[in-house]
Amino acid sequence: MPEQGIELEFVLEAADFDSAGEASSKIKRTLQQLGVRPDVIRRIAISAYEAEMNVIIHACRGVIRAEIYSDRTELVVDDEGPGISDVKLAMQAGYSTAPDHIREMGFGAGMGLPNMVRCTDKFDIKSEKNVGTKLSMIIYH
Amino acid sequence: MEGIEERFHSVQLTPELCQGCVNCTKHCPTEAIRIRGGKACITSSRCIDCGECIRHCPGHAKTAVTDELSDLKKYKHNIALPAPALYGQFNADIPVRAILAGLLKLGFDEVFEVAHGAEIISLAIRDYLKRSGVVRPAISSACPAVVRLIQVKFPELIENIVPFDAPVEVAARLARVEAQRLLGLKAEDIGVWFITPCPAKMTAVYQPLGTEKSSISGAIAINKIYHDLFKLVTAEVQDARRQASWVGVGWAVPGGETTAIGVDNILIVHDINHVTNVLEQVALGKLKDVDYIELLACAGGCIGGALTVENHFVAEHRMKRRIEKKKIQDPKRGILPRTEYTDFELGLTGRRAIEPKPAMRLDADISKAMSKIEIMDATLKSLPGLDCGSCGSPNCKALAEDIAQGRASLTDCVFLLRNKVRDLAYEMVNLAAKLPPPLDKEKKEE
Repeated sequence: MPEQGIELEFVLEAADFDSAGEASSKIKRTLQQLGVRPDVIRRIAISAYEAEMNVIIHACRGVIRAEIYSDRTELVVDDEGPGISDVKLAMQAGYSTAPDHIREMGFGAGMGLPNMVRCTDKFDIKSEKNVGTKLSMIIYH
Repeated sequence: MEGIEERFHSVQLTPELCQGCVNCTKHCPTEAIRIRGGKACITSSRCIDCGECIRHCPGHAKTAVTDELSDLKKYKHNIALPAPALYGQFNADIPVRAILAGLLKLGFDEVFEVAHGAEIISLAIRDYLKRSGVVRPAISSACPAVVRLIQVKFPELIENIVPFDAPVEVAARLARVEAQRLLGLKAEDIGVWFITPCPAKMTAVYQPLGTEKSSISGAIAINKIYHDLFKLVTAEVQDARRQASWVGVGWAVPGGETTAIGVDNILIVHDINHVTNVLEQVALGKLKDVDYIELLACAGGCIGGALTVENHFVAEHRMKRRIEKKKIQDPKRGILPRTEYTDFELGLTGRRAIEPKPAMRLDADISKAMSKIEIMDATLKSLPGLDCGSCGSPNCKALAEDIAQGRASLTDCVFLLRNKVRDLAYEMVNLAAKLPPPLDKEKKEE
């Protein structure tokens, strides 16, 4: 018997700041309806939001998918975009490639990836230059 | 919506006045209201007593249960605790002292301004924000409707709430201790009454937030005593007792609290819908660089409370004028803002943590909750998506949830019902054309 779970998927478009945060909010609401612990929900929502913003700021388009099981939530964020040339550098707190106009909006402080690592139990990043980036994260409930 | 417990709520329905319209369901920030059997039903576990339904009910069927002046008979010595918002109901040229004198004439033995408590709390928050390791943004604990909103809808943000009582609780404790000490009264002989601008404060008396038992005996709505008080208040008769300074009184308007604390890196948000939006942002990890957020459930702050009498813009204007006046006059009269407080005044010993009360969970069993989400999703696709609310649930999504919970059915949707009636009508017309055999025979004979 396959494992019972809820799957939520959202398409993200570059520079679509109007709907930024919608995917994370919906994921959060579903987790609340499932009765997942508040502190766990907070970590999932923050990870999803940071990943969502990364796609909107840096990529062309992408998909965020949340698979929620009774004991864990798996987040996969797959984008088509420029990719990250130096993943190790990008993982450092404060390192950012966001252009000035994004920083002026209050984003791109270089905390996104470190935040995701901090909030998740398993974190994996695969990036290919000029193709895209794929993040896989697991948070245990 | 499980976990429904019997608990006190100030906000109640007068069924005879309820027309079953959907205004309240639409304005409830926690989607706690459904129209069932033509009347509004409030889900207790979700209600935060914000008073939005009271404000929006055209039939005045939603009311706040508060105590009455006649309840003063239960005690030998009665102390009124006027909220600063009360002063905004009067013209700025009526001094606070005259309003306090009016309360004494109304039957209270003593008055103790809530603004005293506000001054103590302001200093405590100022010191708290200087500590290291404070979860940022720190969130004000003053508005009980906001604290309940966090318990129900944003339980992950409970640790952001500053760990202090609301000013009224501090004022009540001090007024009580003072009466016991100066007059030698027993605790059970003292009645401490909050003159409240909102139902949430009434609820907080009977369901205290962060304390085991409230020091307040009850709450009396401003709009309940205003008529009598207005007639008793004259600028000629003034009570000369010690008064709170403009710093504490300023808490009645948005920004008054943060001004009193003296912190710069802040956000001030009022109106429950704006408050919800900002809490969403905080929950997403934003606003961490903000030191303090003053959140007030009512538009216009406490002077906009559902139990006040004056329009909140009018009251705010009066209040601001009053505060400007007090800033100049208070020092001349020797009324200065507090600079110190003791742990006893703050009442830290009796505090307990504010517990989360998540009320959005569909089922205690996560796999059952998952099945319900699947039913919800499938149901939502078959609903028209107009969010008209005619079914009695605030929107199509809420109806889908109610159906998944077995509390409503698809035919509660008037559009789906109309389609069903139309299909049935077609079927009947088609059937009518199919005459039974004996009648067919008659036709041939003609």
